[in-house]
Amino acid sequence: MTTTSGVTPPRESAADRFFRTAELDTRMLAMVIAVIVIWVVFDLMTGGIFLTARNLFNLAVQTSVVGIMATGMVLVIVARHIDLSVGSVLGFTGMVIAFLQVEVFAINTAWGWPLAILAGVAVGAIVGAWQGAWVAYGGVPAFVVTLGGLLMFRGATWLVTQGRTVAPLDPNYQLLGGGIDGSIGATWSWILGLLAIALMVWWSLAARRKRARYGFTVKPIWIEVALLIVLAAAIVGFVSVMNSYNKPRTEIPRGIPVPVLILIATVLVMTFVTRATKFGRYVFAMGGNPEAAELSGINVKRTTVMIFVVMGILAAVAAVVQTARLNAGTNSLGNLAELSVIAAAVIGGTSLAGGVGTIVGAILGAVIMQSLDNGMVLMSVSSAMRQVIIGLVLIGAVGLDVYYNRRRR
Amino acid sequence: MSDKPLVEMRNIYKRFGGVHACEDVSIDLMAGEVVGLLGHNGAGKSTLMKMLSGAYPADGGEIYVDGERAHIATPRDAQDLGIETIYQTLALADNLDAPANMFLGREIMTPFGTLNDDAMERDARQVIARLNPNFTNITDPVRTMSGGQRQSVAIARAILFNARILIMDEPTAALGPHETAMVADLIKQLKAEGIGIFLISHDLHDVFDLSDRVCVMKNGGVVATRRTSEVTQDDVLGMIIMGKLPEENRGETAPT
Ligand SMILES: Nc1ncnc2c1ncn2[C@@H]1O[C@H](COP(=O)(O)OP(=O)(O)OP(=O)(O)O)[C@@H](O)[C@H]1O
Ligand SMILES: [Mg+2]
Repeated sequence: MTTTSGVTPPRESAADRFFRTAELDTRMLAMVIAVIVIWVVFDLMTGGIFLTARNLFNLAVQTSVVGIMATGMVLVIVARHIDLSVGSVLGFTGMVIAFLQVEVFAINTAWGWPLAILAGVAVGAIVGAWQGAWVAYGGVPAFVVTLGGLLMFRGATWLVTQGRTVAPLDPNYQLLGGGIDGSIGATWSWILGLLAIALMVWWSLAARRKRARYGFTVKPIWIEVALLIVLAAAIVGFVSVMNSYNKPRTEIPRGIPVPVLILIATVLVMTFVTRATKFGRYVFAMGGNPEAAELSGINVKRTTVMIFVVMGILAAVAAVVQTARLNAGTNSLGNLAELSVIAAAVIGGTSLAGGVGTIVGAILGAVIMQSLDNGMVLMSVSSAMRQVIIGLVLIGAVGLDVYYNRRRR
Repeated sequence: MSDKPLVEMRNIYKRFGGVHACEDVSIDLMAGEVVGLLGHNGAGKSTLMKMLSGAYPADGGEIYVDGERAHIATPRDAQDLGIETIYQTLALADNLDAPANMFLGREIMTPFGTLNDDAMERDARQVIARLNPNFTNITDPVRTMSGGQRQSVAIARAILFNARILIMDEPTAALGPHETAMVADLIKQLKAEGIGIFLISHDLHDVFDLSDRVCVMKNGGVVATRRTSEVTQDDVLGMIIMGKLPEENRGETAPT
């Protein structure tokens, strides 16, 4: 100690002060760093295969299915529930969509496959409403209802065609899976990327102006600008990587794959739902204190049903991507997907105690899960060993969460 | 001021399994009046008030608001009648910030139908400044706030929506002396505006200072309701502890 004055105020470290003024979420930052570390390590261990455009393109497509469902799982877990049935619901709705477009509606028509998708999404919503009603009005714990659902809808998947695989699917429908032609090409990718950057800048400026008009404090402008530059660089980087992977035996760049666009759209919609709608606010309130939510006049039961409806719809959307990618409806569609989905949400910072979680976090969680799996495949780790490691990562992530929460209180 | 009571609860019953939390309880409240509700722990005070705020339905009895029969089945019904409650447990969602808690269930929306968090923050700041000018970190999650700050949030929520009837269940239990004095001022101010207040407190001094009448409960029943000016603190203590009316008390002690 060099000072001799009586009382020294508790000193804030430079790092703490930086994070406070920047309003940066340290946890999100930790996850981004985790992704970068995982990528660099895998790249070194695979002799530079991991960070090729081709592999990153595949990684992005692989992440879509789990990512789409993980955004819904965030709502479910935030509200202190769980949904173990998402893999089976994906299977069931996927089978319904495949069956309808190939064997009921006329295949290779302009309306057959869109109608099949609508029907599949409706089935997902109904399944969700049914499970949600058991939880909310029946008072049966979600764990039990969706454990039953896991079995029921796996069985129902088989019953749709008595176990027969449905293939091939409509060529236009297949584009939704991100196959050879399932990308939007270089030009559109750049247009979308630049549009995203413009929107982002406009959005943060508008939010700043609004806060200033109310007389609230705003972040220092240099931090805002720095953040925007980092995010814009990430978007440019993403687009240029997707554009450097060519279609086979051509020089034609693929661009952003359609499943990734579906994932991005899902993330935008779900972020909007959680941050800007009453429904989203109520979900978080219910997770924080169910009794308080009830006493505030919130219709907790109806909100609970809505949560499961959203989850069912997202499972159907994921089913579209999955079936289009496989170009088939099969019995094993979505097998064990519930585990990856729950793991993605939890690794992404959704607290199993309820009340805490973000959509973007869950996507980062999905990227981490998928990167580990993808990297280990490249390193020819056996599938048995991969399961062991992914299981360990899940336990470790929740352990970290518990440790982090204990320290914060 | 009219002579018709703002609130009248008649012959209210409530059981939890074998426990008679309220048995044949009747109580009323005039506009601009503070009625102090006293009694030992478990006497049934909170239960009685929760039936008025719609937290749970009564097993028997009737509630009248402005002389009209009111059917309060949910918290929303009570809110619609202008009844606001500061719950003993505060009933805050710990993960949300103060404005989100205060407007929970009654959010301010933008013209586009989205949450208007900035407008809610502005209104929340105004109300909270009335209670506790030192309390500025209102956009932190409530979890990170002190007990007194949390209580301020609960009080602020109750006065935000221009209540006509206010239920305060031990509103100052966690507050410091300065904040308690500010709540006392607030109660006087609200009373002057014609709001009727049920005040539950274990602090006899506060109750005597603020209420026009006191109602003492014991084991789920009402011992008596008296004008505050007509009883002493010792009388009331006797009612709370032994369930004895002041008259009986004097009758016994007078000869000696
Ligand atoms: N939800 C409940 N379930 C079961 N019993 C309850 C419930 N709420 C209250 N009780 C019982 O009802 C009785 C009255 O409780 P109440 O909370 O109304 O007391 P109180 O007068 O507010 O006490 P305190 O001064 O401790 O707040 C108690 O015996 C309590 O155990
Ligand atoms: Mg009580």
